[in-house]
Amino acid sequence: MTEEMSHDILIVGGGAAGLRAAIAAAEVDANIDIAVVSKVFPMRSHTVSAEGGAAAVLREEDSLELHGFDTVRGSDFLADQDVVETFIEKAPEELIQLEHWGCPWSRDPDGRISVRAFGGMSVKRTVYASDKTGFHMLHALFQTSLKYTQIRRYDEWFVSSLLIEDGKCVGVTALDLETGQLHPIVAKAILLCTGGGGQIFPFTTNASIKSGDGMALAYRAGAALKDMEFVQYHPTGLPGTGILITEASRGEGGHLINKEGERFLERYIPGKMEMGPRDILSRAIMTEMNEGRAFEGEYGGYVHLDLRHLGEKIIDEKLPFVRELVVKYVGIDPVHEPIPVRPVVHYMMGGVSTDINGNTSIPGLLAAGEVACITLNGANRLGSNSLTECLVFGALSGRAGAQYAVDQKPVSQNAVRSLADKEQKRIAKHFLEKEGGTERVASLQEEMHLTMEQGCGVYRTGESLQESCTTLKKLRERFADVAIDDRGRIFNTDLRGALELEFMLEVAECIAHSALAREESRGAQSRLDFPERSDEKFLHHLLAYATPEGPRFEQQPVTITRWPPEERKY
Amino acid sequence: MSTIKITVTRYNPETSSEPFTQSYTIPYKEDMVVLDALNYIKNHVDGTLTHRWSCRMGVCGSCGMMINGDAKLSCATFLRDYYPGEVQVDPLAHFPVIRDLVIDMSDFMDKLVEIKPWIIRSEEKPLEEGEYLQSPDELDLYRQFSMCINCMLCYSACPVYGHDKSFLGPAAIALAHRYNMDSRDEGQDQRAEIIGSHEGIWECTFVGECTRVCPKHVDPAAAIQRTKVQLTKEYFISWIWPWGNR
Repeated sequence: MTEEMSHDILIVGGGAAGLRAAIAAAEVDANIDIAVVSKVFPMRSHTVSAEGGAAAVLREEDSLELHGFDTVRGSDFLADQDVVETFIEKAPEELIQLEHWGCPWSRDPDGRISVRAFGGMSVKRTVYASDKTGFHMLHALFQTSLKYTQIRRYDEWFVSSLLIEDGKCVGVTALDLETGQLHPIVAKAILLCTGGGGQIFPFTTNASIKSGDGMALAYRAGAALKDMEFVQYHPTGLPGTGILITEASRGEGGHLINKEGERFLERYIPGKMEMGPRDILSRAIMTEMNEGRAFEGEYGGYVHLDLRHLGEKIIDEKLPFVRELVVKYVGIDPVHEPIPVRPVVHYMMGGVSTDINGNTSIPGLLAAGEVACITLNGANRLGSNSLTECLVFGALSGRAGAQYAVDQKPVSQNAVRSLADKEQKRIAKHFLEKEGGTERVASLQEEMHLTMEQGCGVYRTGESLQESCTTLKKLRERFADVAIDDRGRIFNTDLRGALELEFMLEVAECIAHSALAREESRGAQSRLDFPERSDEKFLHHLLAYATPEGPRFEQQPVTITRWPPEERKY
Repeated sequence: MSTIKITVTRYNPETSSEPFTQSYTIPYKEDMVVLDALNYIKNHVDGTLTHRWSCRMGVCGSCGMMINGDAKLSCATFLRDYYPGEVQVDPLAHFPVIRDLVIDMSDFMDKLVEIKPWIIRSEEKPLEEGEYLQSPDELDLYRQFSMCINCMLCYSACPVYGHDKSFLGPAAIALAHRYNMDSRDEGQDQRAEIIGSHEGIWECTFVGECTRVCPKHVDPAAAIQRTKVQLTKEYFISWIWPWGNR
């Protein structure tokens, strides 16, 4: 590729947030030159796997106030409430916009968009497209994006670093997988929409591409990662594979049952039962497992998700993908048998710290979607808020980035050239032309998985977290001795895997240290040595900055507007 | 421990001009899919083996390949269906190969844009006025055709695409049909012009291989048949009523 790769706004990632941002930027001004750089074809992005739905207030019986309070309570009062207010206000129009772009939302008999129940939401407000909501949203966004000729795509280009010049972000270096060439791509604004990093953990609903790339890119460049200790376990994944069984299966009336045949949630959250928030339900299932009331299988303990009483008709109409997945991957039919499920790593509430428009602390660098921590989700995200988050804040930051770009001078190519050469040499030296080296990417990844599961799981202690920190430090040192098998240029996925592991180790270290620093239990962070929430000491965000010795922490106050912190009761 | 033999057709233009095959004997478990086998090889035996994958739950569309001669998603194809026999894995047929099991799908990406897979309307309704009402029956008219995951299995199975790459192909026509059948869309005529200008569609003899291999039951063959009927109707209308067929 010889033409100049220079754009007004460059979006890294082509999932729901990235594509929504690209379209929003295109609609600011038809002359804005937009790039979408993605390590996969955009329609492969992990948004595709989201099943249950997207929340917004669309019905008369609902209210913005209630969606706001549900979100704040779900967050265990760590959400920034100005962000929540913007979110609930913009959510309805974003879902309508997607309807206008052809998303096949499920419909009521009168033709209106249907809504379903979801965990932690007081009323039915989750819009859905059967149980393939993410798939349909992603394809509607991608296909709609194709009509904007000013959006230039770099499909299967892997971003390896951010280019920082005079303290500003002015571009990226990206590896064109097909040719193996590393190119600098410059832009006046760079928006990260790369999603989370579930692959840091062994047992996750997340696709293989979810390696925390954007978080590590920003962290290395000097931006802060915020609230990284909060990792969401989804209560219902398939043992072994970790394949997601949507919360909508409980929203439609499914029951969780233990080995004794009890609906055990009665003991934990009788007011909400299966419609409780994810952190509480995941802990309940883990407790059942720890106390011997779960089933034991090849892949450890599990409980049953029983859909049988819904009947074949409802299952086929509302949950056809669940049926398809369970028949295929478990070999049973949920119409006739209960589904084995257990908690599984699903989502990262933390991420690159941004303000309400998606700006990070580095001028020219923005972030939106799961990679960002704008703080909508606080210590625990409610199911079906994240797809909407991608739309609302993808659009806002796409517009903000485009407007910022309009006011900027073109970026100097020369300074960038030397930065890019440096990155090229780094990759050659450490990977492609490396001599010696005894460590394998896959083995280091397995060891990272082990320590994250043992030390940073649903339940944590100071001791377990300290051990993870120590192990991760050693793994990062050992990574320097990694040797990849594949030294070729063309479509080198071995190299890509090594670069991803390097990202993951940094993000993993940040998670473990953040969890150690927060000496309280709040939302998804459950410290056995500090079982209570402490607003006195920890009603604030934790900002982590990279240093050679590990993360350095700063505190940031939580923005509270309408909903003063109170005991989180259901 | 039980083992299974996996033979992969490999190709690396940097080191050889011709594809070659390589066999691996790896541990076998009953719940393993072909993708697990490839990942085992990649992680533990040979890091140069190159394949695409992501969601491992049959919805991202990345991992299509020929498995014992049939176009399949490797994440949804169990080794137990072949065991104790061997498994032969090849890149998807009818596509140029970039490396090993990675095919070049840029032809499809270009065709996808051509059929205008977005809602076309002469007038947009303002967002403040809410959604376009669409009954469940209207949704059912196109829902099946909206399930395409762009996995390319249908192109691999299509004999017409095999000899004529100008054919728009099953997935692209099914997607055009999906928008044509959507009650919110008014772009049928624009798409008809595009589809009609490609000769390939008339060569489709309704073999139905595309529908047989589709992992999401999209039924592209039905979409193609209905599109042909629509094009024929428009042709005759324009012939008997040449001053206006819109």
